[in-house]
Formats: sequence, structure tokens, C-alpha cells
Amino acid sequence: MMRFYQRTIALFLCVFLVCSLLTGCHGSRGLEPFVVPEEFDTSRNYEINFWAKNDTNKTQTKVYEKAIADFEALYPNIHVNLRLYTDYGKIYNDVITNIATQTTPNVCITYPDHIATYLTGVNTVVPLDDLFADANYGLGGGKLLFDGPAQDEMVSQFLDECIINGQHYAVPYMRSTEACYVNKTYVESLGYTLPDTLTWDFIWDVSEAAMQKDENGNFVVNGQNILIPFIYKSTDNMLIQMLQQKGAGYSTEAGEVLLFNDTTKALLQEIAAHAQTGAFSTFKISSYPANFVNAGQCLFAIDSTAGSTWMGSHAPLSDISEDKYVEFETAVFPVPQFDPENPQMISQGPSICIFNKPDSQEVLASWLFTQYLLTNEVQIGYAQTEGYVPVTTKAYNDTAYQDYLAHTGDDDPLFYDVKLKASQLLLQHTQDTFVTPVFNGSASLRNAAGQMIENTVKSIKRKETVDDAYFTKLYDDVSSLYRLDQLGSQDTSAAGKADLGPLPRTSVILLLSLAVIWSLIIVYIATNTYKKRKLNQHNLH
Amino acid sequence: MKKSIALLLALAFAFVLVGCGQGQAPSAEDINKKSEGVMTYAEYAAADLDTAVVVEAYVQAKQSWWEDKATVYAQDADGAYFLYNMACSEEDYAKLTPGTKIKVSGYKAEWSGEVEITEATFEIVEGPAYIAEPVDVTELLGKDELIQHQNQLVSFKGMTVEAAGQDDDGNDVAFLYNYDGSGQDGNDLYFTVSLNGESYTFTVESYLCDKDSEVYNAVKNLKIGDKIDMEGFLYWYNGVNPHITSVVAAK
Repeated sequence: MMRFYQRTIALFLCVFLVCSLLTGCHGSRGLEPFVVPEEFDTSRNYEINFWAKNDTNKTQTKVYEKAIADFEALYPNIHVNLRLYTDYGKIYNDVITNIATQTTPNVCITYPDHIATYLTGVNTVVPLDDLFADANYGLGGGKLLFDGPAQDEMVSQFLDECIINGQHYAVPYMRSTEACYVNKTYVESLGYTLPDTLTWDFIWDVSEAAMQKDENGNFVVNGQNILIPFIYKSTDNMLIQMLQQKGAGYSTEAGEVLLFNDTTKALLQEIAAHAQTGAFSTFKISSYPANFVNAGQCLFAIDSTAGSTWMGSHAPLSDISEDKYVEFETAVFPVPQFDPENPQMISQGPSICIFNKPDSQEVLASWLFTQYLLTNEVQIGYAQTEGYVPVTTKAYNDTAYQDYLAHTGDDDPLFYDVKLKASQLLLQHTQDTFVTPVFNGSASLRNAAGQMIENTVKSIKRKETVDDAYFTKLYDDVSSLYRLDQLGSQDTSAAGKADLGPLPRTSVILLLSLAVIWSLIIVYIATNTYKKRKLNQHNLH
Repeated sequence: MKKSIALLLALAFAFVLVGCGQGQAPSAEDINKKSEGVMTYAEYAAADLDTAVVVEAYVQAKQSWWEDKATVYAQDADGAYFLYNMACSEEDYAKLTPGTKIKVSGYKAEWSGEVEITEATFEIVEGPAYIAEPVDVTELLGKDELIQHQNQLVSFKGMTVEAAGQDDDGNDVAFLYNYDGSGQDGNDLYFTVSLNGESYTFTVESYLCDKDSEVYNAVKNLKIGDKIDMEGFLYWYNGVNPHITSVVAAK
């Protein structure tokens, strides 16, 4: 009887251990990897949820709506639901929430930085290389019902920006960079001549000169009591580009954080000096640069080329009332440089990723729609809404797009000159653009870069002491706020392929314990079996 | 027996009195009672931008919560405060019911004309609840004095709905999703109302009042020419831009 209990306990332990191990495996599995189906099953209906971003621009909404209608006419069995956002961050937050509940959209406008975080789920985002290469449904595939771009008709530099750990997890949708929108009239009224390439020194000099006031307390340059000569919209980009131009550290490809260095500190000190005089501020602290530029209250506004329709005396889009506009000439420059001979600027803009689903046919339908967004009509239509450029050479070489770029001096908002100059800027400087490394946590690092400028400027405005001790604390605070100190301990490879190093001590102890327990169980069962046989043999005798 | 009944009646009367006391609106003096080191509204209004401020006020409405940051409209008897991205756990956010008194420490800031308290922390203060009565500012529209009511719960009476824009077929419409019609159901609603020949753009802020709220659907049902009364918070963005929380037919 005693032996019966011992055997039962041993069996229970075995079952418990096996179940535990199996449960552990199950928890980390997620969806099965996507495999491209041989044929697209048109006998079935599909519903695709597309989460898109627009720049609060009605024309962009219409481009999306028309693209969906045209696509559905080609593929009547695919229905696309459009959900509009005006903020990449909100899309990111919603996707993260929906990954947990397995209710992600099918197709989503996004940034590669964000995809790196989505990839921490197993098979959450579809790798696209096999889809690119598929002879039937791939880029330029034979069974597509539309004239999409072949892979060699994608702008390779933009396509490369969507590679994470050696695989494409997105396709570019539109590309932009940042531009410096300059009130040329006011700069020249201060006695300055705009150089061929703007430098940081030039902008700081002019900005400080613009702070001169008359006897009534108004600024001489605009005759108003409000002036912020230099406003930067995205301070994360500001610091990232400054560091890149200086050849200083930001991060490694593997995700090592290099941001907190002496060059960063020197740059922040320079920024602090101009915040002190009131010559510099940021969007987060003061408001949209365009509102100040258009009212003659800002000389240098740095914002995306995708914000160009909001800039200038006659901007087609604006948040300020008409009576606040002032008349001036708007010049459009690349972002200021430290080395004018070697200009460097960020490449940005929306990309598209596809979320994995249990039904591979549904994923294929998502891919077909994604490709449709790369056709000339969609690419050119959307690029014309702002200072974007298409991501395919096929669209760029289209006569419709070349005609669009050639327009000058036309009053039609479609050919707004500031917007056309912004698009030309990127087309002329595509080879001068760069992107930052993408890894799980790179979105946080980007936020941290911007936060350091915002905090420094705010501290100056609040009359706090900004000295060496301040920067030491700032580095610690920002690193802690964005958990950058934990990045090194995470799986920084989005696809989980990085060398994870030796196992932690606790894991080794746990695994050894399991091995010992298993050994003891086996020894126990073997001993029991041996004793039982011996007893049987004894009884037989 | 009689004594017992008398005692019981006396107790019942006392309870009724206490109950009435609780239902009675606190006086302005009670509402404005501040802890030590806390600014009055006048002191807050006079404080320079970018300086540290400490105020006590009563939650009037919650606009949003995300990643431990809450945006809240608060008010005392003298004025209102817009608490932008105040540090707040999700658990504490649930406690910020309308009327709750809170002590807020942060920095006074201005963004596109909207004066707010940023980088704030808060603690709940024990005491009676207070919900502000809306102040009728209809006659102040277009006047400089209006800004003195910034962020307060206000009302607008007898205004006429005008065309907010046109649909794809060129027909006038009474509201737009987003300021230019670029949005869809669930986004902010923009509509135009007029009084004495002047037009004003009002907003239903979708975080403050989402697409399932009464006011969101009331605005979606507006017709050009309707006469309406409204309530909302006097938000500012490059000029007055009220966040409307109630729309009814004009009385």
C-alpha cells in the first residue's frame, strides 16, 4: 500500500512538471508564422481594418477614401474599414493596447521605431520579404489587378529604413524631412543675408539680434510685443540631428544608449543660453511654430516638410485668424548645419506595417491593399497634399508628378510655393538624409532626446540653476523616466536573434534543480521497478 | 413609553437636520477656504508664468487620462484652473469625481493663450463637494472681459447655428469632424454659432465628451438655423474656443 502512494506521488510530480513545462511553452508561442498562400481565395470575403494617420488635412482623408473605393472596386471581396488618427503616438498607444487583446488592425501607418516594440510579441507583425518576392502577389507580381511598383522601383534608401534585424517589417508610404521656414523679409531687415546653407551659428546670431526692443518695449523687427525668433517643433529631431552632424553618439545599432555624452551637454548649454534671452523656444512650451511665423512673431521655424501648407503669409491652412497674418517672403531651407559642406538631415514619414492574423488569406488581402497604397495614383495624390515625396521612382518619374513639381507662381493651393519648395528640398537632399537605429526601446530613446531639450528650456524659463550638477541630474532623471537604464537588460533584438549572453545565475539554479528532480524521479521509478521485479522473482521461487 | 417616542422623534429630527446640512450648497467663503501656503485665485491669476503655484480647487470635469497623466478642469468660487497632464495614477483618477476638492502643486504656463497648470501633482482634500453653476457669458462674446472667465463652466444662451462648412457635394453642413472636416465619427466636432451678426467656432472635445455622450449626439443632430443654449468650459486656443458639454434648444 505504501508503495502505491509513493508511485502515485511520483506520477503526480511527473504530470505536474510536464504540464508546467508545456504551459510555459504555450505562453510564449503567439500566432503561427505567416506563410504566403499559393493562391488568393477570391471566393471568400475579407474585412481589413486600416489605421491611418493624416495631418488634420481634409485632402489627405479624401486620398485615403478614394484609394479604398478604387481598391474595393478591383477586389469586391475585400472591404477596408478606415480609422483616422492625427497623431502617430496615439496609433502606437492603441496598437500596444490591442496587441494584448489580439485585436490589432490589419494594416497600420506607423514608424519603424514603433514596429520594433510591436515585434516583442511573437509573430505579431508580418515580415514582408517573402511577400515582396512572390511572383504572383509580390511587388510587381503577375496576378495583381493593379499596376503596382516592382521592388526595384521602390526608392531603395526609403525601403532600407524599414529593415529591422535583417528583415523588412514595413514598406515606406511617404517620406519627409524637416525644413527651416524663414521670414526672409525680417532677416534681411536686420541687415543679414541668408547664406546658401543655414548654419546653427547664423540662426543663433540673427535670433539674438532680433531681440532688440524699442522705447515702447516692442520688438524693433516686427513692431509687436511678442516675438520668439527661433521655434523648433520636434525637439527630439533637433538633438538627434545636432548629434549626427557633430558625429557624436546617440545609440548603437544594437541598442546601446550613447545619448548622455559631453557633446549633448555642450549642445544643451548652447540651447539654454538662447532660451535665457528668449530667442529660442519649442512647440511644447509655446505652441505651433506656424502660428508665430504667420503672425510675424518668429523668424526661423523648424517643422516637418509635411507641415509646409501651414507656413507663410498666404498659407492655405492656418489656426490663426486672418487679421493676425502679416505680409513677408518665406524662404525654405534644410535644417541648420554645423558643417555646411556635409549637410545631414533626418528622414521621416509614415511607413505601413501588416499585422499577422490566424487566417493567411486575410493577411494576403492586407498585403494587396498595402501594395495598392504604393500605386502612382495614391502616391502622387498623397504627396501633393503636403511637402511629402513619393517612395517609388515609378511615381516620381510619372509625368503627372513632374508637371506638379514644375508649377511655380500659381495661386491654386495645390501648387502652394512653400509646399513645392519643401518637396524639392527633400528630393535634392535624399542622399543627405539619415535614420536612427531601430530597436526595442528606440522610441523611448527618441522621446528622451526631446525631453532633455524641453526640460532645459523650461528650467531656464523658471529661473532654475542650469549648471553641471543640473545636467548630471537631468541625465539621471530622463534615463530613469524612459527606463533607458533597463534597455541593456531587455531583448533588444526585435526578432529575438541577438546574442543574449550567458544565462542568469537564478535561471541556472532553477534549471539544475529541475534536472536533479527529474533524475531523482527516474532513479526512484527505476529502483521501485527493480525491487518489484525482484520481489516477483522471489515469490515465483 | 412617551419618553421613548419623544427621544426617537428628537433623534429623527436631528438626523433630518444633518441630512439637510449635507445637501446645502457650501458658501463662497467655505468653497474658497484654503489650507496654509495655498494661493487664492487672485494670487494665482497675478502670478507670473513659469512660476511655481499651489492652489486648491474642486474638480469640475475630467478630460483625459493616459500613462499616469490626467487633464482636468477645476474651479473654486472665484475662478477656474486647467490642470494639464497632472501626475495621476489610474486608481487616483477614478477618485477625481466632480466636486472633489484637490490641492494642486505645479507650474503656471500658457500655451496658445490657454493658461494652465503643468507638471502638477495633487492630493485629495477632505471637505464638502462643490459643483460650479455655469456663468452666462453670452453678452461677453467678442469682448476683452471674456478671458477673465477662462476655463470656467459657462453658458451661452439663444445662439443660432450657422453653416460650419460644406460636404463633398458642396452642401452646407451644421458641424464638421475636426476643424476642416478631415476627421470621422469619434473625432472632435466643430460647429459655428452666431449672435448679433458675429460668428464663433465652438468645439465638442472628444476626450472630454466622447461620441457616446449626449452632447456629441446633440451636435450631430443640429440643423442650420437652430436656436440653442449651451454649456461648456471656456477653453482658449488662439482665442476663445469653448469646449461644449451641453446643447439644448433655446428656452
